[in-house]
Amino acid sequence: MRDFSYLRADSIEAARNAAALPGAMLLAGGTTLVDLAKCGVAEPATVIDISHIEGLDAIDVSAERAVIGALARMSHVADNPQVKSYFPAVSEALWQAASAQLRNMATIGGNLMQRTRCPYFRDPANFPACNKREPGSGCSAIGGVTRGHAVLGTSEACIATYPGDLAVALVAFDAEVDLGERRLKVEDFILAPGATAEREHDIRPGEVITAIEIPGSAAARRSTYLKVRDRQSYEFAAASAAVGLELEGDGRTIRDIRVALGGVATKPWRARAVEEALKGKLLSEDTVRAASELAMEAAVDHGANHYKIALAPRVIARAILKLGETA
Amino acid sequence: MTSQIIIDPPEDGLASNGQTSPTTLSIHLTINGRDHALDIEPRVTLLDALRERLHLTGTKKGCDQGQCGACTVHIDGERVLACLTLAAQAQGREITTIEGLAEKDGTLNAVQAAFLDQDAFQCGYCTPGQIMSAVACIREGHAGSDEEIREYMAGNLCRCGAYPNIVAAVRQAAQELRS
Repeated sequence: MRDFSYLRADSIEAARNAAALPGAMLLAGGTTLVDLAKCGVAEPATVIDISHIEGLDAIDVSAERAVIGALARMSHVADNPQVKSYFPAVSEALWQAASAQLRNMATIGGNLMQRTRCPYFRDPANFPACNKREPGSGCSAIGGVTRGHAVLGTSEACIATYPGDLAVALVAFDAEVDLGERRLKVEDFILAPGATAEREHDIRPGEVITAIEIPGSAAARRSTYLKVRDRQSYEFAAASAAVGLELEGDGRTIRDIRVALGGVATKPWRARAVEEALKGKLLSEDTVRAASELAMEAAVDHGANHYKIALAPRVIARAILKLGETA
Repeated sequence: MTSQIIIDPPEDGLASNGQTSPTTLSIHLTINGRDHALDIEPRVTLLDALRERLHLTGTKKGCDQGQCGACTVHIDGERVLACLTLAAQAQGREITTIEGLAEKDGTLNAVQAAFLDQDAFQCGYCTPGQIMSAVACIREGHAGSDEEIREYMAGNLCRCGAYPNIVAAVRQAAQELRS
């Protein structure tokens, strides 16, 4: 690991000033930054430790909205009783991510800032070509081992899968990220690679995430996060779905439904075609399964990840049908 | 070698020596209730500071990249990975390592005793991390069933495959601590 200067910021203003310094990177939980510095991917000149800023870790939840401070730890949000009641998909996405130790370290703001990474990205010594690390250098994954790579939102520049779980739930429920001067939908904040794979977030120099806000809804209250993976725990998603469901008074007609996907796309992926196909319909297994297939209409595989195109609709359908059973 | 104070920030809110090049930091770490002063490079992890500088070698280095859990310690009572924590970041926090778990008279922590009772290890390399993780797992309230223990201990790998005995040890300690 290349050495760096270490500074502590004791306020948001100090963090914003420091974040504008050339070569500066913010340190909160450290689970991404220290890891990527060790494998030679992140080479900050200056590390700005924001983890000691007071008052940025509040978790304020009601039926109307959740406001979660940027320094709140993943584990604390996952275990928060109001989050479990009003936003169960958010709690489930969090406790099924990483490990207990990492969730105690990692913050909500840092979680949104985690890099979209694949094994080639993490190995600069053996794979110099990576458009995320060196724009224009090429993509080592295309034509390589692609079992974990994305089938949606890919480009010729990059096919890395967005690895997070929390943001999938946030995108399903229209959460926003608070950057101080600007507020953005999480869906717009996290970028697909396009021709600029190195740019993963719509964040400007000097901007710092202070909080996220999730609007409450009936669908958020009746929601779940289903994560299917190669091993049962401490593993990235092969495919995952954050789903929320609101039924009409008859208990059978779908009034509102939210579907977002993880593990299959280059960013947290809202499946609006599935939602539109199901709104106003009677909830039945055949209808749900047919609609779930629509999520993969634009999918493109790279060989070994072909299975995701079959898997993801089944994950969506299973999550919706499970919610339908819980009256 | 120069040193700098990183606490007591100046008025702009940034604690620094005004330099932008890497330099040695003089820090204090509170480990198992004792204060330790040391001069380190900013990039030094808590794990390396514990093992190489303070000779507290109970905390193990397994993967050194946050995947195995061998380096699990507690910071302010919560389990974290020392390999992904910068030592400088831990200044001002209470650090507990496996060396700080038993009573001063040598009486073992309930989890340590349960690991012995249940023979919950083979080579023993992952054991300090398993025990530190288990103590926190029970305190968090995540040891209510074998299924929950398995899920919430998933961040600690055991290459010998002593998992059934580890689950039994955590279950036993959780029962003892509840009664």
